[in-house]
Amino acid sequence: MASLREISERPDRLSPGHRLCAGCGASIVVRQVLLACEEPVVVANATGCLEVATTLYPYTAWRVPWIHSAFENTAATISGVEAMYRVLRRKGRLPHNGPVKFLAFAGDGGTYDIGLQALSGALERGHSFLYVCYNNEAYMNTGIQRSSATPLGAHTTTAPAGRASPGKLQPRKDLTAIVAAHRIPYAAQASVHLWHDLMGKVRRALAAEGPTFLNVLAPCPRGWRHATSETIDIARLAVECGVWPIYEVAEGRLRITHRPRTRRPVTEWLASQGRFAHLLEPGHEALIEQIEREVEAEWERLQRLERLGAETGGSNGPDRGGTAH
Amino acid sequence: MTQTVALTGNTAVALAMQQIEPDVVAAYPITPSTEIMQSFATYIANGEVDSELVLAESEHSALSACVGAAAAGGRVMTATSSQGLALMWEVLYIAAGLRLPIVISVANRALSAPLNIHGDHSDMMGARDSGCIQLYAETAQEAYDNTLQAVRIAEHPEVRLPVLSGMDGFIISHSIERMVVEDREAVRGFVGPYVPHHPLLDLAHPVSYGPLALPDTYMEHRRQLVEAMRRAERVIEAVGTEFGARFGRTYGLTEAYRLEDAEFGLIALSSAAGTCRVAADELRARGMRVGVLRPRVLRPFPHARLRDALGHLRAIAVLDRADSPGGFGAPVFTEVRSALYGLPSPPLVIGRVFGLGGRDLLVEHVTEVAEALEKALETGEPPEPVDYLAVRE
Ligand SMILES: Cc1ncc(C[n+]2csc(CCOP(=O)(O)OP(=O)(O)O)c2C)c(N)n1
Repeated sequence: MASLREISERPDRLSPGHRLCAGCGASIVVRQVLLACEEPVVVANATGCLEVATTLYPYTAWRVPWIHSAFENTAATISGVEAMYRVLRRKGRLPHNGPVKFLAFAGDGGTYDIGLQALSGALERGHSFLYVCYNNEAYMNTGIQRSSATPLGAHTTTAPAGRASPGKLQPRKDLTAIVAAHRIPYAAQASVHLWHDLMGKVRRALAAEGPTFLNVLAPCPRGWRHATSETIDIARLAVECGVWPIYEVAEGRLRITHRPRTRRPVTEWLASQGRFAHLLEPGHEALIEQIEREVEAEWERLQRLERLGAETGGSNGPDRGGTAH
Repeated sequence: MTQTVALTGNTAVALAMQQIEPDVVAAYPITPSTEIMQSFATYIANGEVDSELVLAESEHSALSACVGAAAAGGRVMTATSSQGLALMWEVLYIAAGLRLPIVISVANRALSAPLNIHGDHSDMMGARDSGCIQLYAETAQEAYDNTLQAVRIAEHPEVRLPVLSGMDGFIISHSIERMVVEDREAVRGFVGPYVPHHPLLDLAHPVSYGPLALPDTYMEHRRQLVEAMRRAERVIEAVGTEFGARFGRTYGLTEAYRLEDAEFGLIALSSAAGTCRVAADELRARGMRVGVLRPRVLRPFPHARLRDALGHLRAIAVLDRADSPGGFGAPVFTEVRSALYGLPSPPLVIGRVFGLGGRDLLVEHVTEVAEALEKALETGEPPEPVDYLAVRE
């Protein structure tokens, strides 16, 4: 991969001046992904913070071809773009020759929830694209409502913490595993503070033929209730506390790509953001224990799968044979 | 070479698609339109057409893929019916708002509940205000011809809107009809090459499709769409005329039958117009001067044409194969009546809903309505303004 210096000299393909909040994790995800793409790209974007804040008509922050259609259909939209690319290339009618990469950006709501069907369909059909979920763990654009990516016990406006409720009652869905179960060539979890890991994953995803997926933790100061200057620190804390493991599943083989040097207690994570503040008051001990148990269980599961992959020399998830195109 | 063949509406549309050879086709199965995609997939499997077929996991995704493909810069088509069109509803507005010339073939079918697979117009009526042009074919021949013309209409630089091209489910989609199909090269000559307009794949000129537009700009976008719809009226006529010059079958916005000297008018979309013409002939044999008008285009609604064609009549019955529960009459009725309002002495206009869920429309149903109109004029007692035909009350 290119050096940090080289990367820093590349033109920014998401221009400054957009209206995302100070400290927004989503724009960091987009810039890192775009900087990692050496090829020309076409981007599809789901309805959500990223879309509304980057393209207020008549302005656009996107210096690459970009399309927003609706909330739940980003994967379907990019599959149409990619299908058109393939047929025009075959017929010799492309306005521009040479390789093009197809990217989709969507929030966790547009990916875990309402967009899951379209995503699953596009993964199964085998279009070549990289789908990036900037995961801020709630519907932020509409005002911090819970999604199936929202962690257990978090306060959101639709699953608020109150005298009779500790916030969200369910743990989050394991979307990365669901995506990997489609046996696509590449799926990974990443975080904005590990730029080198994230950009390497983009490179590996783009090198694969077929659909690929990145689930990137993207802190949201407004929704998570932390200072706008803390975004990167909060992301680091998520990884060091084990709540957001960093791994990839490449051709069915799982590899933990970053192991925190020090493992910090989950309570530090909970104490770092206003959305968990209520959990630290007396009465929520059992819930905190449950969160800790789940973090441990996931970490063990990932390590087990990684070992299994190393022992069998490959697939602990199944390989995908590759698709016809 | 022009050939006379026997085809169903569905296979005729599939053949039209094969001849057009869209770059991308995305679809999802639903009765009664499924056969279109099956036939088209067979053309692809046999190497008879070079298109990318995206077999989506839903109609919502099928039309979304069409939107992406059309914005990318090529010719795009899909086909659906009923629940499928209902599921596309959100994306229809987007396709129109982004001014993407997607041709959507619809075998018209009733909407659930109760579940019913047979022909009525509820599906396309639900998309009336989506910004898509709407054509309604009377026959399989016209379904084929409309598919070819729809491409030209949709892609016309003055228009650039999606076209919903309907035919009655089963009645047309599944009935074998003797019809004429044109030579593939002649079809290619008629539809012409696709001319891309700000394609996403023009990487040297990046564009943003589908931004956020707030109250200070949104309305201008919608207003421009309306203007494109208005221009479409002329384009539809010009394309229908050119089609006639090339292939001998000329099409306009409406089709009139024995209206010039008529006192009474019957109005119906699609295949029911044939039944109305038979009824008109029977009534004329009994001395009642009846004519028929079939709107071929519902969006843009050819209101000026209707005033010209219908203004001299004394009374009109509008037959709708769809309803608007709780509204004052069904869609075509309200539009026709509104178009005629304001004439110095407008005809009496009544509306009758018929044939929901594929129920047959018989000639005697139509003659009864016409006779009710005649009686109303004789007695001076107006009939029910809106009512139903052939339903158990
Ligand atoms: C069909 C549909 N349902 C609901 C909405 C309203 N809506 C717009 S954005 C959004 C939340 C987006 O959340 P997420 O995908 O997590 O992205 P974020 O806003 O956090 O960036 C919702 C619910 C919509 N636009 N379309």
